[in-house]
Amino acid sequence: MDKETENCRNVNENPCNMCMPMGAILPFKGVEQSMVIIHGSQGCSTYMRRHIAEHFNEPIDVASSSLNEKGTIYGGEASLIKGLDNLIKLYNPGLVGVLTTCLAETIGEDVERITSKYLKERELGDFPLVTVSTPGYGGAHTDGYFLAVKRMVARLAKKTEKHSRINVIVPNLSPADIREIKRILHMFKVEFTLCPDFSDTLDRPFERPYKKIPGGGTKLSDIAEMPGAAATIQMGITVDDDISPGRYLEAEFGVPLYNLPVPMGIENTDLFIDVLKQLSGNKVPESLERERGRLLDCMIDSHKYNFQGRSVIFGEPENVYAIFKTCMENGVYPVVVATGSKPGKMIELLNNELNNYRGEVHFLNETDFAQIRKKSIRMNANIAIGHSDGRYLTEREGIPLVRHGFPIHDRVGGQRLLSVGYVGTTMFLDRITNTLLENKYNSYRNSMYQKYYKKLKVAGQQLQG
Amino acid sequence: MIAMKEAGLPDVFIKEREDFIHTKGKQKKQLKCENDSVAGCVSQRACVYCGARVVLNPVTDAVHLVHGPIGCASYTWDIRGSLSSGAELYRFSFSTDLKEEDVIFGGEKKLARAIDELVLKYNPKLIFVYATCIVGVIGDDLEAVCKAAARKHGIKVIPVQSSGFIGNKSAGYRAACDALLRLIGPTSRNETKESKCVNYLGDFNLAGEVWIIGNYLKQMGIKLNVAFTGDSSCETLKTAARASLNIVQCAGSMIYLAEKMDEIYDIPYLNVSFLGLEDTAESLRKIARFFGDLKIIHKTEELIKKEVNAYSGTVQSYREKLKGKKAAIYVGGGFKAISLVKQFSEIGIDVVMIGTQTGRQEEYEIINELVDEGTVILDDANPTELEKFMVEKGAHLLVGGVKERPLAYKLGIAFIDHNHDRKHPLSGFAGAVNFAREVYSTVCSPVWKYIGT
Repeated sequence: MDKETENCRNVNENPCNMCMPMGAILPFKGVEQSMVIIHGSQGCSTYMRRHIAEHFNEPIDVASSSLNEKGTIYGGEASLIKGLDNLIKLYNPGLVGVLTTCLAETIGEDVERITSKYLKERELGDFPLVTVSTPGYGGAHTDGYFLAVKRMVARLAKKTEKHSRINVIVPNLSPADIREIKRILHMFKVEFTLCPDFSDTLDRPFERPYKKIPGGGTKLSDIAEMPGAAATIQMGITVDDDISPGRYLEAEFGVPLYNLPVPMGIENTDLFIDVLKQLSGNKVPESLERERGRLLDCMIDSHKYNFQGRSVIFGEPENVYAIFKTCMENGVYPVVVATGSKPGKMIELLNNELNNYRGEVHFLNETDFAQIRKKSIRMNANIAIGHSDGRYLTEREGIPLVRHGFPIHDRVGGQRLLSVGYVGTTMFLDRITNTLLENKYNSYRNSMYQKYYKKLKVAGQQLQG
Repeated sequence: MIAMKEAGLPDVFIKEREDFIHTKGKQKKQLKCENDSVAGCVSQRACVYCGARVVLNPVTDAVHLVHGPIGCASYTWDIRGSLSSGAELYRFSFSTDLKEEDVIFGGEKKLARAIDELVLKYNPKLIFVYATCIVGVIGDDLEAVCKAAARKHGIKVIPVQSSGFIGNKSAGYRAACDALLRLIGPTSRNETKESKCVNYLGDFNLAGEVWIIGNYLKQMGIKLNVAFTGDSSCETLKTAARASLNIVQCAGSMIYLAEKMDEIYDIPYLNVSFLGLEDTAESLRKIARFFGDLKIIHKTEELIKKEVNAYSGTVQSYREKLKGKKAAIYVGGGFKAISLVKQFSEIGIDVVMIGTQTGRQEEYEIINELVDEGTVILDDANPTELEKFMVEKGAHLLVGGVKERPLAYKLGIAFIDHNHDRKHPLSGFAGAVNFAREVYSTVCSPVWKYIGT
């Protein structure tokens, strides 16, 4: 095992991450009646909308202050104010996220001041304008995501009387995953506030009439009451404390924090279930026990196939850690583990998992696909697990890709991929195993022929001669 | 907002948007266009960098290096359907990945080192260096760095002035054309002209479209010198001055280059369109007429006859199934919008709403002449306007890009992907059939039976 950072290089070749405002849009899409405006030039919002829309197959409306040359030189206050006016008129939102960009931050826009002045001048009282400082050079999309959740919670949270609900803070999971987490919470009969909840807003059913802001999302009044909750479960074990919403609730309001990994794999899901057992005082429902049993059955059924896997895992740290654990549990041993983001606590966590592990595994952080490719070849990886950009490994090196995470652009259904809980892990594992099997069926006849028959033939010729 | 009132939708409007929306036959005033987007309206437009990258990206053996923070390179990595017959380097996305300290202390040194690294690794003949928003603001001297690098490595290192805030996508087209002009270089002026040799401007070889048109030209006895920029390379682009004619398809992005090349290299140009049976045939005739060679004219007629015979029956059969349907169009440029109106009429479909992100005044005038009374024409529209007018006008399908697709589907409206990601050709005679088939596949899909009204 070795640790490598490649930031001594001056070129990022084929990026493995996105920018901070992109990540910050997502949580705003998971709050009821919310809209977002990006303070910067027009293209930022359009690129990000396109990126998100293509993954979820949902319309993604994000406004821009459309900063032009004049605004860049003399300040963009007027553009932002006009943008807010128009956005509120067109969408009548209940909350507006105001994100910055490289440009706005570099020219020194004081968005906090502009928005408070705006609220006063328009007599909007305490209308929730949530500002988030997200310069593209300040961090990756993962950082933007958690910072946005934290800012939103901080803006809406009110000192509340204690209540029995629990807070559940989720990372960038699929809508299907969020629905599964909610199902498990319901099984335990716990009341909860899950934030951000884009399970409906970014995977909405076909219905008429069309609503510009989809129904669903975490209720603002529920977020306001998060400080009174019995506990917070945050699926953000890799997240740095300074952008951690759960830490914020703990530090400011004394809400006990259970900082857990994404419940993927048997151990991580057990952790989640144990906490729910403890918090609810309820026994594990029998149907959930049976789901666990089926996962174990699946793990046993597939273990020999899985043992063939030498995996390369990449994406956001939180997802990478969860996939890594699941792979380790099933013998799909990881050989390259990579993130384009700053790793947060990921490296430390991964190292903890390597006690007594004798295999060779490379950790790459703040990396790009050129490096991932190089290491994958050297390590003979035969299965890649991560978002769509990994298709490059398939095309160039023939390493099949199990699509997971965000974005998935070259296949449909990224929003419907289920991978959490016992049921989701089972489905995730099947996707891995079947990819390995497909590869096996495609290659074993020819590889055995090449390896043994040819030799036999040569030997035969020698005998004859 | 007059058009919205006409449509009975006075509830949501932004005063500043009024002049960008017309209903044919209702207004005397000219449609406003070629302006900055209105803040907060959720424009569908992209940025200067996007425009520049779209135009230059198909240059296959170039290194496309984005000088800026990671996002810009990340969102544009291999997302286009341009094909190459040779190099594959254009399918990579390179970025200087500027970080906070670079923004504070400047990114010039990092850029210079990045170019050194890339030259060492890929040995390219050509590097395009794209400026992003902050490059202009932090004061990096792109020109100087590129010039020094070009001298050091003996290759072309061309800066592309594509900072996002300096305009819209059209400004990016212009920046790209300027970069291409620098590549061709002033000395090419002395190049000897080849007769019966054309450059083809404004085709990005999506799904092999340049190859389709190149085959037609070959059958007519005309040589395709180089396409701008589909399946082009550093060397082929540099020979551009030897052509005796430029044919221009995507005028929005390339008319500026055509005019400049006329001025500098004395190459005249013709506007053409290879979208639809009629436009394709007419454009081929136009080219043949330009050369005035009887042999070419004869071969062209033979080609048209053969191709039309092969495809018109199929198009006709789709026409019978699609007749009377209503289309909405919202695309990037005016050229595409105009061609689509004609193409829809070939298959019996009326256009009830039409708009573009960056159409020019003269293009909107043509659109206005082509469409029926009552058709809504709009520039730089947003989802609110698209939704209102599609619903109000009873559109059965929308033509647009990736961002518009889910909106159409959520409204229960069919959709045609007419963007740079597509993987099937829509150009030429074969493309006309693909187009008709795609319209049929979406408008007449059984899924719509289940959604009610």
